[in-house]
Amino acid sequence: MADVAVPSTDAATALKRAQQGKGYWRRVWERLREDKVTLAVIGVLAMLLVMVVFAPWFTIHDPYTGSVLRRLKPVGTPGHWLGTDEVGRDLWSRMVYGGRLSLLAGVVPVFLALLIGGFLGILAGYAGGLLNSAVMRLTDVLYAFPSILLAIAITGILGAGLQNTILALTISFIPPIIRISESVTTQVRNLDFVEAARASGARRLTIMRYHILNNVLGPILVYATSLISICIILAAGLSFLGLGVTPPSAEWGLMLNNLRQGIWASPLVAALPGVMIFVTSMCFNLMSDGLRQAMDVRL
Amino acid sequence: MPRPSALLAVEHLTKHFALKGGLFGRTSALVQAVDDVSFTVERGETLGIVGESGCGKSTTARLLMHLIKPDRGSIAFEGQTVGAAEGLSHRQLHRQMQMVFQDSYASLNPRLPVAMSIAFGPLVHGLAKAHALARAMELLAAVGLDPALFANRYPHELSGGQRQRINVARALALEPRIVILDEAVSALDKSVEAQVLNLLADLKARFDLTYVFISHDLNVVRYISDRVMVMYLGKIVEIGPADRVYGDPQHPYTRALLSAMPSMDPRRRTRQAPLSGDPPNPIRPPSGCRFRTRCPLAEKVCETTPPALLALAPDGARRVACHVHVPGSGHTRAAARGAA
Repeated sequence: MADVAVPSTDAATALKRAQQGKGYWRRVWERLREDKVTLAVIGVLAMLLVMVVFAPWFTIHDPYTGSVLRRLKPVGTPGHWLGTDEVGRDLWSRMVYGGRLSLLAGVVPVFLALLIGGFLGILAGYAGGLLNSAVMRLTDVLYAFPSILLAIAITGILGAGLQNTILALTISFIPPIIRISESVTTQVRNLDFVEAARASGARRLTIMRYHILNNVLGPILVYATSLISICIILAAGLSFLGLGVTPPSAEWGLMLNNLRQGIWASPLVAALPGVMIFVTSMCFNLMSDGLRQAMDVRL
Repeated sequence: MPRPSALLAVEHLTKHFALKGGLFGRTSALVQAVDDVSFTVERGETLGIVGESGCGKSTTARLLMHLIKPDRGSIAFEGQTVGAAEGLSHRQLHRQMQMVFQDSYASLNPRLPVAMSIAFGPLVHGLAKAHALARAMELLAAVGLDPALFANRYPHELSGGQRQRINVARALALEPRIVILDEAVSALDKSVEAQVLNLLADLKARFDLTYVFISHDLNVVRYISDRVMVMYLGKIVEIGPADRVYGDPQHPYTRALLSAMPSMDPRRRTRQAPLSGDPPNPIRPPSGCRFRTRCPLAEKVCETTPPALLALAPDGARRVACHVHVPGSGHTRAAARGAA
């Protein structure tokens, strides 16, 4: 038993607390606050976000202009502390600006897929019957393709570019999110407390609001967060293949591809965008783990 | 037969579950969970329903609550047919009849403080949140839990007995007249079970309640019930006042069931298994009387004709579905009785 809640001594205060009804989220926050790893990871992600949003404040050099004279300088070069890339552009600037597109391509598709897939999945799970079959069989069709293949196929048809990358990744993330939402909702829907709510004469939407959503949103959200890291890697992969963001835009996957040729001349510089991809996706993964633990009231 | 005084009159209630099979979900078989069941619940009584697992006790409860739709049959509350145009709506019925489930944990929303779970019903029926929660506080006290300590706890922070008290409080929140207790104490420890049973008896007197008490525990049913209804494979086999059913069971199944009760007296130990085998598959119940495959008195007539649930005496308090008690039914024992 978690002894987070200090029992009040007075029925009136208990009533007041019940009326405020913020118990659950306050508890999640209390548990999150004790989880140092998750806090650190969220801190790193917040820092990253601030840096990419306010990129001009954190960089001196323009990320798009380089000098052939300063190609592939190693890490620690005066004026370019992370070195320069294959056409002599400042790598730090490009990393910061690259984060803009990488994070955008990593977060936006998952967010959109969460909205669409979550809605469809919860609807299918709650409604059951024919609607469920229709949604789930359509999902199965999309599911038949591995998500990277689906994304490649879609960008292949639509052409490269940030918008198409986001669109392709959104479509490829909708099926797994529908799956998870549907199964979680179906599970919850069949529990006795939903029966009890029906027995109290509540209408379907009311039951949805009070009894279904608060039990399904957590798991779905946690799952979606864990998809962000995959999405960043897929976006980078698409760019690497030339199907995502097009040069000269700075994007971590694309940078990795371009710097590949310089891997013998300056291995550390060539590896840096990869390190960023790794660190960012790792952070999102750890954050989703932390969220799951904080949101599971039973632990 | 329903008398005008009956609080709840159930007639010809039937539910057959379709088993879907094959590629296109065709109905391949029907499970006859509840088959043509009629009974009444009188004002202020406790009606116990007993039977082996799978006999349709819980399905009957869910049908009464309209959690599942019956295939046939009607339910009338105080003479008003539920679901009929000029009768009672299901929503209105839910204000009069509530249910407590067996699994105390699954029947509470893990994400809601228990006070909210209790307040939910009144809230749904239009009470303001502050009032609904205030009522929840009163009910917590009524079921013996200090509101100051328990109101804002979550289900996982409570013991099984405490959770079941919360479930009882929730059932009472709409001020119902009838409470259906579906194996409500079966999952509790014996000592806790006794406490909750006493609580239920207190609440019944205090709030003027009528109980439908479903259990497989014959001792508990005898303790709490005024009348007992025995079910077998979706049918009522015997119904009557508890002391008379327990003291002088008339249906062979009731006799077998009661002799399976462990006796406290070592001299009256049951030496032979009163019933052998499992109940037959409810998908293909035996023809005629459903109990005949395990019945020591089974004869030819039991194979061909399903026995009707008939009154033993003119007052109709005691009813049994067995050919043995019907003079002229063709059963040898019945004939003897008819001649006498």
